[in-house]
Amino acid sequence: MFKKLLVANRGTIAIRIIRACRELGIRTTAIYSTADKDSLHVRMADEAVCIGPAAAEDSYLNIPAIISTVLAYGADAVHPGYGFLSENGDFAEACRRSGVNFVGPRARHIRLMGDKPRARRIMLRAGVPILPGSEGTGVTELREAQADAKRLGFPVLIKAAAGGGGKGMRIARDATELARFFPLARAEAEAAFGSRTMYLEKYLERARHVEFQILADNNRNVIHLGERDCSIQRRHQKVLEEAPCPVMTKRLREKMGKAAVRAAQVVGYSNVGTVEFLLAPGGQFYFIEMNTRIQVEHGVTEMVTSTDLVKESIRIATGEPLAMKQRQLEVEGSAIECRVYAEDPDTHLPSPGVVTNHHPPGGLGVRVETALYDGYRVPVHYDPLVAKLIVHADDRKLAIARARAALREYLIDGIKTNIPLHLRILDDPDFIAGQFATDFLTRYETRAVPAIAESRPAKAS
Amino acid sequence: MEVREIKALLALMREYGLAELEIDDRKKGKVRLVRGIAPLDGASANHAPPAVAAASTPARHVRAPARQSGNTEGPALADNERLVTSPMVGTFYRAASPDASPFVEEGDAVRKGQTLCIIEAMKMMNEIEAEVAGRIVKILCENAQPVEYGQPLMVVEIG
Repeated sequence: MFKKLLVANRGTIAIRIIRACRELGIRTTAIYSTADKDSLHVRMADEAVCIGPAAAEDSYLNIPAIISTVLAYGADAVHPGYGFLSENGDFAEACRRSGVNFVGPRARHIRLMGDKPRARRIMLRAGVPILPGSEGTGVTELREAQADAKRLGFPVLIKAAAGGGGKGMRIARDATELARFFPLARAEAEAAFGSRTMYLEKYLERARHVEFQILADNNRNVIHLGERDCSIQRRHQKVLEEAPCPVMTKRLREKMGKAAVRAAQVVGYSNVGTVEFLLAPGGQFYFIEMNTRIQVEHGVTEMVTSTDLVKESIRIATGEPLAMKQRQLEVEGSAIECRVYAEDPDTHLPSPGVVTNHHPPGGLGVRVETALYDGYRVPVHYDPLVAKLIVHADDRKLAIARARAALREYLIDGIKTNIPLHLRILDDPDFIAGQFATDFLTRYETRAVPAIAESRPAKAS
Repeated sequence: MEVREIKALLALMREYGLAELEIDDRKKGKVRLVRGIAPLDGASANHAPPAVAAASTPARHVRAPARQSGNTEGPALADNERLVTSPMVGTFYRAASPDASPFVEEGDAVRKGQTLCIIEAMKMMNEIEAEVAGRIVKILCENAQPVEYGQPLMVVEIG
């Protein structure tokens, strides 16, 4: 086992990793920026090292500073968490070259899955279903996009080849929209990823976002841990996730799970990963992309499968084989995660500031992952995710009731959060019935709160 | 000094990309502005640091040693003393090689631009130079010790 692990992240996931290390008997080194000197991960780790100023590119994205911390302070492993450098192949490679273990897949797999058109080609060859879309390496010019759209038929989804996080993504419902949105999406992709390569996919109406958690050891053993339904999104950002998917059947889970395992096996993938699919109302499913890291919503899978995914990822990185077999895994009960963002629940504008009172909920089946504490100042520099409320119950109905009760119990004073939005979602008849798709929040928001719809910035979709 | 004047100074700092500005006016008193860097806690400054570390405009390219940073406590300083802080995370070395003599000792006079120590980061040896001429009052780190970004390394008396 590792002796000292450097946590190359902040916030909720840094704390999650520190807790896993404690159980495994690994010492932890936290890194932080000058804006985070009072952050909880700095206090919780065995040692903490300031690596740069507030701007992420000078601290949490600063590969030389992080590697230099690893060398100067002597860590033998690095966990990238999610966001920041977690899907940066250069970082994984820099760790390896410095003789330190990177808790995650190999650099080439990060790069391969980060190149979305390339990942699509590989899945197509492996027999994993993909949506009709741009062929080859992607498109950079509008006329190429127009040719692809003509072949596919509208509506189409414009996506960034190096994409992620909903950036550089737009739906075009006709040729006029394509001409208008393509350059916009391309500019967004260039700003976010430094690449203007785009690709088009046929846009699937009324589809659900269903993703499969996989675990793979270094000896090509791959298993899946069932699915998560992440259809409740706002501007392609997940808000509420659940496991299992409310419309999943045993047979479909087997079929989709097999496809997810094949997606990982065909490239020789190792460590944790998530294979994302779109699930059409008729039960057909299509590969969208693979995330080569632990995900924000990993907690719901942990609850229904009684697995500690973060500890597993560390064990796999030490070279240990998978501790469990596919047939040993069962999905038990139902889990829901509410992402608590420091934002206005109506306008979605960020709400940084000092948390004057923090009282998280508790009780049977209630889990809170947060970096908040009384008097903590939520900085303006980073992601607004401040807490994850995860509930687990015997069935979905009880999980919804438990989530509602826990949200009402949750006190966060001093900043605004989206807790009221979560309560509206959990009270929605379509949500309760399990009948929804990725457009749920758009439709629901306009229906439930029409008064503020006008003041909201233009929607991405 | 009035808020209006401080705002004007901040605009000038932004225009010229300055991270730090200190003005000592006989009539209006002394003001020190630091952009995007949290003010140092504790009693290191005998004048209250102005609360203008505008969080919404982080200094994005502050690569030079920032004399004050929020992360590491430094010793109490006299008026004519300044801290030399580490501009990066790495390993602190007092000499160019294990058998060479240290660049400076406590009590040594130093000229501006003189090498004070080395910070090794990513196998690169970065020479840290004196920003001001003066005398080394105290060396705060041990040779070969790991240091953080912004960690105080030495106290220099301006002379």
